[in-house]
Amino acid sequence: MPFIPHTDEDIAAMLDTIGVDSIDALFDEIPAELRAQGLDGIPAGLSEMEVTQLLQARARTDGEPTCFIGAGAYDHHIPAAVWQITTRGEFYSAYTPYQAEASQGTLQVLYEFQSMMTALTGLDVSNASLYDGASALAEAVLMAVRSNRKIKHPRVLMPRTVHPFYRRTVASIVQHQGIELVEVDFDKRSGQTQVAHCEAVADAPFAALVVPQPNVFGVLEEVDALTDWAQARDALVIGVVNPVALALLSPPGDWGQAGADIACGEGQPLGMPLASGGPYLGFLCCKQAFIRQLPGRIAGRTQDRDGKIGYTLTLQAREQHIRRSKATSNICTNQGLLVTAATIHMAILGAEGLERVAAACHANTARLAQQLCEVPGVEPIFDAPVFHERALRLPAPTETVLAGLAEQDILGGFDLGREYPELGSALLVCATEKRTDAEIAAYREALASALIIAKAA
Amino acid sequence: MLIQEHSRPGRRATAQAPLATPDQAELPPALRRKQRAALPEVSELQAVRHYTRLSQQNFSIDTHFYPLGSCTMKYNPRACNSLASLPGFLARHPAAPESHSQGIMACLHELQDMLKSVTGMHAVSLAPAAGAQGELAGVMMIRAYHDARGDQYRREMLVPDAAHGTNPASAIMAGFTVREVPTGANGDVDLDALRAAVGPQTAGIMLTNPSTVGVFDRNIQAIAKTVHEAGGLLYYDGANLNAILGQVRPGDMGFDVIHMNLHKTFSTPHGGGGPGAGPVGVSKRLEPYLPIPLVARDEQDRYRWLDEDDRPESIGRLTAFGGNMGILLRAYIYARLLGAEGMRRVAEFATLNANYLQARLRAAGFQLAYPERRASHEFIITLKKESKDFGVNTMDVAKRLLDYGYHAPTTYFPLLVPECLLIEPTETETKEALDGFVEAMIQIRAEAEHEPETVRQAPHNLPVRRLDDVRAARQLDVAWKPGQQDI
Repeated sequence: MPFIPHTDEDIAAMLDTIGVDSIDALFDEIPAELRAQGLDGIPAGLSEMEVTQLLQARARTDGEPTCFIGAGAYDHHIPAAVWQITTRGEFYSAYTPYQAEASQGTLQVLYEFQSMMTALTGLDVSNASLYDGASALAEAVLMAVRSNRKIKHPRVLMPRTVHPFYRRTVASIVQHQGIELVEVDFDKRSGQTQVAHCEAVADAPFAALVVPQPNVFGVLEEVDALTDWAQARDALVIGVVNPVALALLSPPGDWGQAGADIACGEGQPLGMPLASGGPYLGFLCCKQAFIRQLPGRIAGRTQDRDGKIGYTLTLQAREQHIRRSKATSNICTNQGLLVTAATIHMAILGAEGLERVAAACHANTARLAQQLCEVPGVEPIFDAPVFHERALRLPAPTETVLAGLAEQDILGGFDLGREYPELGSALLVCATEKRTDAEIAAYREALASALIIAKAA
Repeated sequence: MLIQEHSRPGRRATAQAPLATPDQAELPPALRRKQRAALPEVSELQAVRHYTRLSQQNFSIDTHFYPLGSCTMKYNPRACNSLASLPGFLARHPAAPESHSQGIMACLHELQDMLKSVTGMHAVSLAPAAGAQGELAGVMMIRAYHDARGDQYRREMLVPDAAHGTNPASAIMAGFTVREVPTGANGDVDLDALRAAVGPQTAGIMLTNPSTVGVFDRNIQAIAKTVHEAGGLLYYDGANLNAILGQVRPGDMGFDVIHMNLHKTFSTPHGGGGPGAGPVGVSKRLEPYLPIPLVARDEQDRYRWLDEDDRPESIGRLTAFGGNMGILLRAYIYARLLGAEGMRRVAEFATLNANYLQARLRAAGFQLAYPERRASHEFIITLKKESKDFGVNTMDVAKRLLDYGYHAPTTYFPLLVPECLLIEPTETETKEALDGFVEAMIQIRAEAEHEPETVRQAPHNLPVRRLDDVRAARQLDVAWKPGQQDI
């Protein structure tokens, strides 16, 4: 009986105290015809040793290929201390800090995280995290529509340079809120969303404009111009940002004359392993004026009876367990464990460490793109500056090329052609600080041979 | 002290970032940051010591009995963490090709199958990232089902008054209006009220069974019949699945859609408030609407993802990359450790522990909210009498329990029982742990009678004493800023 501690004597004594003959008798309020007769399809239990052997074999099956994919999840170095501390049982197996006095560890971590995120984004306040970057953008859109007092039209401009998975997630989550998501096209030469593209769809008032930085192509948007343009039309600006890039790039709070109103994004680059896509964390920050429309948990600093500093969840009247059907969102969890990892990660790296990581990614990707473009027929698609990803055009179908690379244990990038057919055979590549010169050179060789095979096919 | 207050300009953990700072001439100056972000500047040891110390200011399952009702705080096996953290699993990029994903996809596919079997549902999607997202997915599928049949006027969701707050909030996010259904004096849904509430506007009902008052609703078949005959669907909130795992299956009770909280029943960590995982199961008629991605197995026993192209009627994608895979892996490992027999025993011993604790507290003179009923995996006591006689309320007792080394049960929920404690011991606790909790409750009641200030002023032995929540909300301080002095 895995994890059940009862001895036969315990069971007998407990049944005696309750006054029943058997454990089965405890289920006597359940209609007999509903009782399950067995569990077909569930195998017998295994020992930890057997499960270990099974899982080790499964993990080996997937190999450890060299990863040049980014597209929203990035292969960064994580200090060993981050997860050794995060998985201490006191963090790992604690519940939501509803009993604040018995949860000061978690609560102070949340407060420190919120402080670090406001420092990175240049905004006033942060919540204690949401599920992931894409669902955080959905909440940001809902929040912007609720918050905009001047524009009551539930219309949001959503550039096509926002990650397509993010746009789909937003569409799923807000689909029953009567919100119109208006696509904004991009410049095919620079890969940027320009004011002219926004103008083209702004014939009616809109509550918010989403601005990705960097955008899905890795390209840097003209965030100041976009912010000023939207705010001049009384719209709110939602930045979707990469937190590591923010070590180098202008924070949303500094965009344009007045700064973006809301910033959100994916926290994975701050100490979370790729892990097939989750668990990650979504962050959501905003100007002070909108804090009561900010969904999710928020930790606050206060005092105890003796005037000693302590931390507690605050503004809970926004949340579903108090407000029920009138809550700002149905969201209940934050990603507490991932917040712990991100907070320790940021504490260890500091602003300068993150800046070095960002600079190394930027330089590695520039080197990667340059070397890949030495392969005949491979060329960059856009001419605007990028952060740590670059879109390349291939002289053969991307899918075939990627399969050829995968055979050589290289994950060559993200196939953009599926989402942006107008770009033709397009591949999005990324080299984080972890990719070595030797790996980049090996990729170049592998791409050359994969292209020869693909063209012959 | 905050980590930010340990900071000294120029101090760094130099082993952790690239040594060289390459040229970034390509980045246009106008887009560059003008001033470094105010992140802490500390050594690696300072960070390690600071966060180790913070961890020691938490109660957790690994350190304390944690009988938090409706939260299923049971042991999180360490193997689940270490095996889900094997390098191959951690390194896999979410967009890795299927050729490099067969290992994890096999685990996910088997998890889908096991969850189908244990819930009696026709199909399962692992995509929702948490229980509340599973709820949202569930009610969105109900809406998609009615809309596809041209039943667009079914826009009212029935929710019992004892339900978790997420239920009505999720229904609103899916564009429904909410009508509350009262709970009868015996803890079951008031059937007459339900019959009066259903109609052509009814989209469905969101039910937790066993309910949040800790009893199995004996009229579940009548409820299912009533709602189905009115044209509505039944939604099962899996928050309390631990109570009936392998004993009764929601599919057999007549539910059309269910979400499961893997962080409860399948023992994945709560992590101080997340991550969760909230897979959804559905009956056959709702299968086309399941959130994506799903894992399928083809004739050659190869696994592949099903996405928008395969499931055009899907309610869609709920996160960028298809869910909390690392949590799903932990649940898979737990399910393989348990097997079919282990799953049945979860419910048996969770129920045994709850009924034992209920019997002992009753014998000690505490008042049960539903004295005529069996406990499920949890039960409610009400401290109405103690509150009146001694002027010590439930929150005081909860805080005093912390002093005794017990995390408090859930307080003041469900809302319909005054001065209540919702107590869920779980199957992984020993009889000695339960006996110790009973002794603490008896002592605290004696304190309430003879030295009530001790209880009213609790806690006394924790890192902080009772915190001022009103001050926290009125004098908002939610982020440290550089140069800021202590409050």
